[in-house]
Amino acid sequence: MRAKDLSYAVVVGLLAGLGFLILVGPVVIVLLTSFTQGRSIRFPPTGLSLQWYQLLFDSVHSSQIHRAALNSLEVAVVAMVGATVLATLASVALARRSGTWVRALDTFFMSPLILPMLAFGLAALMYFTFMGFRPSLALIAIGHVVVVAPLALRTTSASMSQLDPALLESSASLGASWFYTFRRVTLPVIAPGIAAGAFLAFVGSLDNVPISLFLAGPRSDMLPIRMWGMMESMLDVRVAAVSGVLIATVLVLMLVMERVVGLTRRLRD
Amino acid sequence: MTVRVRPAEWQLALPLALAYAAFFLVPLLLLIGVSAFDDEKITTLGFAQWRKFLADPFTWKVIVDTVKLGCLTVAATTLVGYPVALVYLGAGAGWQRVILFVVILPLLTSVVVRTFAWIVILGHEGVVNQTLLWLGLAPAPLRLLQTEPGLVIALTQIEMPLLLLPLLSVMSRMDPSLRDASAALGASKWRTLVRVTLPLSLPGLVAGCMLVFASSTTAFISQFVIGGNRLVYLPLLIWQQSLVVYNWPLASVAALTLLVSVGLGVAAIAALGRRGRAYAV
Repeated sequence: MRAKDLSYAVVVGLLAGLGFLILVGPVVIVLLTSFTQGRSIRFPPTGLSLQWYQLLFDSVHSSQIHRAALNSLEVAVVAMVGATVLATLASVALARRSGTWVRALDTFFMSPLILPMLAFGLAALMYFTFMGFRPSLALIAIGHVVVVAPLALRTTSASMSQLDPALLESSASLGASWFYTFRRVTLPVIAPGIAAGAFLAFVGSLDNVPISLFLAGPRSDMLPIRMWGMMESMLDVRVAAVSGVLIATVLVLMLVMERVVGLTRRLRD
Repeated sequence: MTVRVRPAEWQLALPLALAYAAFFLVPLLLLIGVSAFDDEKITTLGFAQWRKFLADPFTWKVIVDTVKLGCLTVAATTLVGYPVALVYLGAGAGWQRVILFVVILPLLTSVVVRTFAWIVILGHEGVVNQTLLWLGLAPAPLRLLQTEPGLVIALTQIEMPLLLLPLLSVMSRMDPSLRDASAALGASKWRTLVRVTLPLSLPGLVAGCMLVFASSTTAFISQFVIGGNRLVYLPLLIWQQSLVVYNWPLASVAALTLLVSVGLGVAAIAALGRRGRAYAV
């Protein structure tokens, strides 16, 4: 091996190693910290125990966290369904079309990914307040639909572009109606893309901070906002336990989605 | 004879377009409208808030710090993220799946959880300080939280998946024979990287950097929890003015300033990418 190639291997290897450590390390450290026996957050944990998980699942001591978690789940399910249906329809409409209008519409639909969502959160708060609404889970769900729809649109559009137009033509020439073709040809082909998009929309809503920050009220507390409060007021080790539950849930869902629809490849492509 | 109702397919985009118009476009226009009021009760039209905001030297320091934070995060994520992508490029199909999984897992883990992790790592009794003390590299615990380097390190992990996804997407479509040809013609690995891999992966790198810049400059919770009160960025001003002070016109001014700053930053990255491609070809 030439000296130059050796230096390449060393430099790239070290930096990539650091990259992997930075990516995975924090997740592992949070998981281990949540099993601490001690009363404070420190790593390595002082002895192992499940005490913080017990406290977290205690319906009396942690009722506020439970309320926030249920609210977040409810909003995430509604936002997922709304975003997935709207995004699937839009992807069928925009597939294999070109032109200025189509490109403009596509950019418009994708813009929440790049625009500062905090600005949109404030805008949504003022908008709903001026219209006379009080903070509620329904308003949060509407806000979440806007920000997670691009995630669903991306994976659904990708699978639409893989749909062979010849299939649609032969179905139509055999006398099938548009809806029948949609149901029996289009939908089965793009179903994995829709499922992957729905999953991303669900997780995106569950984790959303910038919209919930502005739209959540005293009666519509959301889990990420409550966790932020717990981290701010006093370092409550239950934050580590909630994190542990969230990490485990995402990991399991991810493995299932990987098996069923090949999630990671869809995200990459 | 039955009449077949055949919807024009383009009409299926209408529900999402209308939802976006009603709940995204109109609120954003409202943001501009509210910023053009002088008083907190939103009764008198005028640009007093804009003048007050832009005449304050503190504002400009906050804007510069916010853009600087975005640039530092882009630099740090690229420094460690691009080598990760190079390892992915050289790996077999099995390892590529593992690497992709490792990149996406943090992306799907709540930002609040990841921010919390960095408190455990960077805190006074955190992992880094304990290691430094144990190795005898520092006489006393270092202050890492509430410093800009600490925040950039945390944001590097929080934003790296956004850099890597578009990058890995481009890498996986890259023709491996080009790199083989470069090596066969006697180019060193460094030369192949600079002359073949980097130019070919530039579109993915640019897309990733745009996402990282946009996301890191608006990451309110991470900035606030890790940066504390000492480091002030535009998102903190928006939050204070809207939800603490209830001065919505000024909050709107700050939000629009953030929007414009992020827009300009993203446009600058895109322009750099185009210039880079022109040089490479």
